[in-house]
Amino acid sequence: MSTADAPAVPARTRRVNPLRRFLNRPEFGAVAGTILVFLVFLLLTGGKGFLEARGIAGQLQVAAQIGILGATVSLLMIAGEFDLSIGSMIGAAGLVLALCLVHFQLPVWLAVIITFAFAIGWGFLQGWIVVRTGLPSFLVTLASLFILRGGSIGATRAITNLTVVSGVNDKIAGDPFAALFNATLLSITIPGGGRADFRIEILWWIIIAGLATWVLLRTRFGNWIFGTGGSATAARNLGVPVARVKISLFMCTAASAALLATIQVMSVGSADVLRGQNKEFEAIITAVIGGTALSGGFGSALGSMFGALTLGITQLGIFFVPGFNTDWYQVVLGGLLLAAVIVNDYLRRRASEARR
Amino acid sequence: MSDTAPPVLEARGVSKYFGRVIALEDVSLSVRAGEVNCLLGDNGAGKSTLIKLLSGVYQPDSGTLLMDGQPLELASPRDALDRGIATVFQDLAVMPLMSITRNFFLGSEPTRGSGPFRRFDLAACDDIARAQMREIGIEVRDTSQLVGTLSGGERQTVAIARAEYFGARALILDEPTSALGVKEAAIVLRHVLRARSRGLAVIFITHNVQHALPIGDTFTILNHGRLAGTYRRGEVDLEQLLRLMGGGEELNELARELEELARENAGARVARTVPPPAEVPPPPAG
Repeated sequence: MSTADAPAVPARTRRVNPLRRFLNRPEFGAVAGTILVFLVFLLLTGGKGFLEARGIAGQLQVAAQIGILGATVSLLMIAGEFDLSIGSMIGAAGLVLALCLVHFQLPVWLAVIITFAFAIGWGFLQGWIVVRTGLPSFLVTLASLFILRGGSIGATRAITNLTVVSGVNDKIAGDPFAALFNATLLSITIPGGGRADFRIEILWWIIIAGLATWVLLRTRFGNWIFGTGGSATAARNLGVPVARVKISLFMCTAASAALLATIQVMSVGSADVLRGQNKEFEAIITAVIGGTALSGGFGSALGSMFGALTLGITQLGIFFVPGFNTDWYQVVLGGLLLAAVIVNDYLRRRASEARR
Repeated sequence: MSDTAPPVLEARGVSKYFGRVIALEDVSLSVRAGEVNCLLGDNGAGKSTLIKLLSGVYQPDSGTLLMDGQPLELASPRDALDRGIATVFQDLAVMPLMSITRNFFLGSEPTRGSGPFRRFDLAACDDIARAQMREIGIEVRDTSQLVGTLSGGERQTVAIARAEYFGARALILDEPTSALGVKEAAIVLRHVLRARSRGLAVIFITHNVQHALPIGDTFTILNHGRLAGTYRRGEVDLEQLLRLMGGGEELNELARELEELARENAGARVARTVPPPAEVPPPPAG
């Protein structure tokens, strides 16, 4: 054909260098960071333990548990709000579930529904208070953190005289509904003894992070999330239902905490009021490593998956580095957070700087 | 355009109070299709309050709004948008960390599919945004690029292009030129004229008389929350407008002071009279 050499792409669809596009995406830093952290631990451990089936299963389990929270927390942070109460919510929702099963002898499906209803209702209340009062969500959810934690301790002790509810395993044994939360997807028997279990929370993580990414990037609601975080007033003036967006997202973060609580209670067989401590901060770290701006209006749910993976690799990696143990995990986590904030801040400024 | 048709948008004797503060009292303003009404006034004159009433952000404490002669109640900005009243708010026009396309369609995203599969049709939106931007003279290479990468004038034109695209009837522009340089302001003013020639009713808010004079068909002047006058094009000149805005007296005084100063220094320099400043200096953005 004679026109084969002519530029076939019309001006209105002029090609943009895909590499440059990727460099300007919010999750670029997280992807690069995950690869870097992986390589560092590969070097430090020589792959021993770290790269074996059991090590990988461990990394993925840590990543999945924190990633379930990180995905919804990312969306909330992009909308410009925080939820510090999810750590306490993990403990509280776990107790609600265990009490329903063990103390009130409810069927598994009903207990799970009550647990989620409790969490989502709490999330709604929290969101409603934030929207109505206009107070910083940091403070409202900080108050909620203490109310939930203290309330769970007080209520559980009043009902059972203990702060741990066990005996869940007897109630859920053989229940097909429970398998949704505690099944093992793949179990590899290791020749030297033991097994590597890939558990169902990995699937939940992928589904939730995938769903969050789709909502954020491909739905109206997702655009509203960006707009709400960018400037709530401007978004409201353009007709975005800002209050609805924020309240819905508080309900989502609480629901994700309830999901993690359900998975933990059904896997371990008991609920403990102290479960989930510091998870609110780990979820924020996951989101920030994933490229979400603390100031809102910018970020990625997909990035939070890489943030969660980085946490998983780090926690398991340290365990296998000779001369180290998991005591050092928090030190490394803090360092990672600092590095991620600096790098992502630089990348964000680069992406939004005038260029033409 | 016919003078017998009722104005597209009209405020009749509207008042708005914030506690004991009178933000606006008994103010009337109207704009017809294919006309530009320049709303002039110093800072704090009530310009922003008036356009917030017209765009549904606030509701008047008394008085009525009318559209095409029919009483109009605006419960929210969404309400106003649905009736074809699009507003570009000062400084809050666009989100720097969102892409051009996402900004363009924020709050009015077209969707494809139905039920749980209803999705934001980004591909089609990219094409529309690119075409609209080209029409107003900005060639965008990549509509996924963040608005923060555009210059101040270009950001303002994104907001205006968006308002024009969605606002079928009336376009309200709140100080779109205040933070811009001369060249960029001229680009924005050209878009205002273009919107007028397309038959939109335009309300153009400014405190810069020089920007208002060449494009206004009507001039509505506010002073301390009250109407200081409404004039047709040709009925007033620059100095009269300045005086009506309340800034004229102060500026004359300033000119006299400068003159005196110049006379005192006459020994060192050749004295010259200081012409009255033609322009009220723009305030800091915000």
